[in-house]
Amino acid sequence: MRRMFWLLVLLSAGLIQNARAESPTFSAFGGEAGLVRIMDDLMLTLLKDPRTEPFFRDTDQAHVKKMLVEQLCALLDGGCTYTGLNMQTAHEGMGVKREHFNALIENLQVAMDRNRVPFRAQNKLLAKLAPMHRDIVEKELPAEEALPDEI
Amino acid sequence: MIQFRLLAAVALLACLLIAPAGAQDSRSDKLILTGGLSQIEGAAGGGLVPWALIGGYGTEDQWGASAFYTHANSGDYGLNVGGVLVGINDRVELSLARQEFDTADVGAALGLGRGFAFQQTIFGIKVKLLGDAVLEQDSWMPQLALGVQHKRNDSGAVLRTLGARSDTGTDVYLSATKLYLAPSVLLNGTVRLTKANQLGLLGFGGDRRNAYQPQFEASAALLLKRNLAIGIEYRSKPDNLRFAREQDWFDGFITWAPSKNLALTLAYVRLGDVASIDDQRATYLSIQVGF
Repeated sequence: MRRMFWLLVLLSAGLIQNARAESPTFSAFGGEAGLVRIMDDLMLTLLKDPRTEPFFRDTDQAHVKKMLVEQLCALLDGGCTYTGLNMQTAHEGMGVKREHFNALIENLQVAMDRNRVPFRAQNKLLAKLAPMHRDIVEKELPAEEALPDEI
Repeated sequence: MIQFRLLAAVALLACLLIAPAGAQDSRSDKLILTGGLSQIEGAAGGGLVPWALIGGYGTEDQWGASAFYTHANSGDYGLNVGGVLVGINDRVELSLARQEFDTADVGAALGLGRGFAFQQTIFGIKVKLLGDAVLEQDSWMPQLALGVQHKRNDSGAVLRTLGARSDTGTDVYLSATKLYLAPSVLLNGTVRLTKANQLGLLGFGGDRRNAYQPQFEASAALLLKRNLAIGIEYRSKPDNLRFAREQDWFDGFITWAPSKNLALTLAYVRLGDVASIDDQRATYLSIQVGF
């Protein structure tokens, strides 16, 4: 019984320790400072790429970068809280298509390469970002649904 | 033979010329290698197995295309394959491939004449049914596609002397493909209904068996970098002909894509017994251009 107790104490200590330690993927990104550098690079390439430039040209770029850092830091268990809009609201009416979404991923990959994020760590982040296409990419309404209901 | 190579060269060249124009137009917006390679019958896939991915780099409202040339050599035999495909709206894939199976010295032993070549044309169509192999990373659900490959062999008379029942055949397959990004792994499983002997190069159906049978095919690939992958494949085969046993195929491959428009694949394939010659092992080289 006593042995069991100490085992439990050790286990919980281990769990707490684990929770406090920076996630290895977050470290691979160079922590929050690393994310800031990556987002700086990303914004530059997004503004150079004709596929993505129209979406970022007239935005408050500093704010977008800050929100991205927060969001990615939260996704990577880096201990941040994302305070921005949800993805659906943030992209409503922008007409983002799959090709624009993919273009952003390509630019993010370039920015991560440039900041020496290991390939495996990059993919762990992309695995969390990819499903967001459901909220970001605009769905084309099927013809029947676009028509008003017949009375 | 020369005509075949010329055709393949022209197709590749045309694609190389068109590809940069396509890229400028930003009509190549799938992520790198997510249009797959060109499998040996012309569909987007691995080397041997068709995948559920739609070939070419077109996304939902775009068209994409690719062309490939593959050469495999086992020492006893040579195989040349060339083909093109078009991907429409990331939904439908149309493909055309031409295979040439050079029997070299074995042709003489089989009484066909030294260097006799079996040739066939393969018309393929594949339709994505549901799922998304690449972006739906929070779900295990793979992308599913249904495909048909209609094959027409040129050597009807010879095929019948070997025991084959027909010089044309149609394969139907269902593929499930998923990229698991976090572990950087791609998995594919395919079920194929077929009567084809050695892909159809030795005809369809035979004097041992002449019925559609389900065959199982699988691929597993590990991404080492964005443009570099290694993998293994398996493909089960029917065994319809009395004169020559047919065995399952295995391969190991490495693929490198120096750009989105070019992919080079090197593979080592265990073919088992082929047309009466035991234990064939082939090196396989494939070049694919696409946009």
